[in-house]
Amino acid sequence: MRRIMVGVKRVVDYNVRVRVKPDNTGVITEGVKMSINPFDEIALEQALRIKEQGLADEVLAVSIGPSDTQQQLRTALAMGADRAILVQTDAAMAPLSLARIFQKIAEAEQPFLTLLGKQAIDDDNGQTAQMLAALLDRPQATSCSKIDIADGKATVTREVDSGLETLEVDLPAVLSVDLRLNEPRYVKLPDIMKAKKKPLDVKSVADYGVTEGAAFRTVKVDPPPSRQKGIIVKDVAELVGVLKQKGLV
Amino acid sequence: MSKILIVAEHDGAKLNVSTAKSVTCAAKIAGATIDVAVLAADAAAIAAEAAALAGVSKVLVVENAANKEPLAAILAPQIAKLAAGYTHVFGPSTTFGKDIMPRVAALLGVSQVSDIMAVDGSHTFKRPIYAGNAILTVEAPAGAPVVATVRVASFEAAAAGGSAAIEKVDPGAALPSHTRFVSRSGATTGRPDLQSAAKVVSGGRALGSAENFKLIYSLADKLGAAVGASRAAVDAGYVPNDLQVGQTGKIIAPQVYFAIGISGAIQHMTGIKDARTIVAINKDGEAPIFESADIGLVGDLFTIVPEFEKALG
Repeated sequence: MRRIMVGVKRVVDYNVRVRVKPDNTGVITEGVKMSINPFDEIALEQALRIKEQGLADEVLAVSIGPSDTQQQLRTALAMGADRAILVQTDAAMAPLSLARIFQKIAEAEQPFLTLLGKQAIDDDNGQTAQMLAALLDRPQATSCSKIDIADGKATVTREVDSGLETLEVDLPAVLSVDLRLNEPRYVKLPDIMKAKKKPLDVKSVADYGVTEGAAFRTVKVDPPPSRQKGIIVKDVAELVGVLKQKGLV
Repeated sequence: MSKILIVAEHDGAKLNVSTAKSVTCAAKIAGATIDVAVLAADAAAIAAEAAALAGVSKVLVVENAANKEPLAAILAPQIAKLAAGYTHVFGPSTTFGKDIMPRVAALLGVSQVSDIMAVDGSHTFKRPIYAGNAILTVEAPAGAPVVATVRVASFEAAAAGGSAAIEKVDPGAALPSHTRFVSRSGATTGRPDLQSAAKVVSGGRALGSAENFKLIYSLADKLGAAVGASRAAVDAGYVPNDLQVGQTGKIIAPQVYFAIGISGAIQHMTGIKDARTIVAINKDGEAPIFESADIGLVGDLFTIVPEFEKALG
C-alpha cells in the first residue's frame, strides 16, 4: 500500500482576533471558532492530489489533541482522506513528543511520504516536520511550494529567504508545506455524509510510549506592545517635510 | 556559566548579518562565552568575518565539500556533535535556521525555543505566538541543552572589532546521501537586502500589475531602499516570493518602512512591528494600516508616488 501520512492540527481559526487572558496564563480559546491549521490543510490537499494522480493508494490523517479534534479529522476525511488517527490528549505537548508519536505511527504505517504544515498558526513553533525527519533519519524539505513525485524520489521547490531552492530527496521523506503549494478544495455536503462512515481510530499518548506535557514552563503570556497612533499628512510636500525633519530621507 | 554555540549562516562566500544578530542575542545572557560554528566547503573568508565580531571567543570551522549547500540533513548531525559541552545552541530564525535547528534539537533530544525576541535570563526567553498577537515568556529546563532560533528583527548586529581564535574541527558525524541540492534561483538586483536594509519600500495589491510595480522599484532606487511586497501582491504574481514581508514572509526592522497600497492585514503587520517609522500611502482612509502608521497620507498612489519621488530631488 502506497500511503501518505498527513499531520492535521486543530487551531484557533485564522480569522479570529486572538486575545490574551486577563490573568496572563494564555490566550482565550473558549467559544472561539476552531479549524484545521491552514498549512496542514494545504498538506492534506497535496496528499489528495498525489493520490488522484495515481501515485498513492491511501491518505492517512493524523492528529494529536483533545477529543474535539475529531471535528477537524472529520473535515479531513470529508476533503478526501481515507482514514484518520486521533491521539487524544488534553495536555500541552512538546514538539519533540509530537514528533516521537508521528515517528511511532510512521514506523507502523510505513508511509512513503509524510506531509505537514510548515508551522501551526497558534504556537508558531515550526519544529515537528524537521524533528520527525531527524528521528526517522530520513530526508526533509521545509516550506515546499512545489512537489513532484517520480521514481522513488521527490523533487521539491522550497521558499527560502534568497528566493527558491530545489532539492531532490529519496523517499520516504518528510516535507513541510508553504502557502503557495496549492489552494485547498472546498468540502461538499455529500462528502461530509460519506466521511461519517470512514474509520477514525482514537489512541492515547501512552499507546506510543510518549509522556504528556509541554517542553517549557509558561511564565506568562502578554499582549504585544501597541504602537502609538501617528499623524496624517495632507500632501507630499508635508510628507517630505516630516521625513526630512526626522532625518529619514 | 552559559557556553553558547552559534550556527553561522552564509552564502558560501560571506557571512549573513543574521549571524551577528544572533551573537547580540547570545550576549544578552550574562557571563556567556560565545563561539561560532562555520560549516562550509571553503570557510576561510567566512570564518574571518565571524572572528571579527565583537563578543565572539572562538570560531569552529568545519570544512567539507558536503557543506557547500545548507542541507539540514547534512548539517544537523555535524552541529549536534559540535554541541557537546555547550549549554546553548543558537541559529537565526531565517529560512536557514528554521530548517536546520529543529533537526539539531531532535538529535539532542530536546524541543526548540523558536524565535527568541528577548532574553530574560539564561533559560528564560520571550517569543511571539499567534502571529505576534501574544508574547509568550518560557523557561527552559536548566539540565538540558537549550536549542533556539533568534528572531533577527529583534536584535541589532554585533559590531566588528573582535579577534576570536579560529579552530579547525572535525565533528566526525556520518553524513547521509539521501538529500541532494539541485538549484537555487533568486534575483540579484543590486538593491539593498530586504532583511537588513535601513529603508524599505513595499507595494501591495493596489499596484494592480507587475508593470505598475516599477513605480515601487523606482522610488526605492531614489531612496536607496530595498523593495518588499504584501502577500497579496506576491500571490497576484506582481513580484517574486522572496520579496514578501509578513508573518509567512520576511520579518524586518528597518529604520523606515513605506507601505504603499497595502491595506495592513494582521499577517503583514507582524512582519514590520519592529520598524522604527512606518509611512503609509493608501487611497482608503479607513485601511487598517493607518492605525499602525507613524505617518499616513491618504490618496491615489499613482499620483503620490511619482510626485514624492520628484520632491526628493
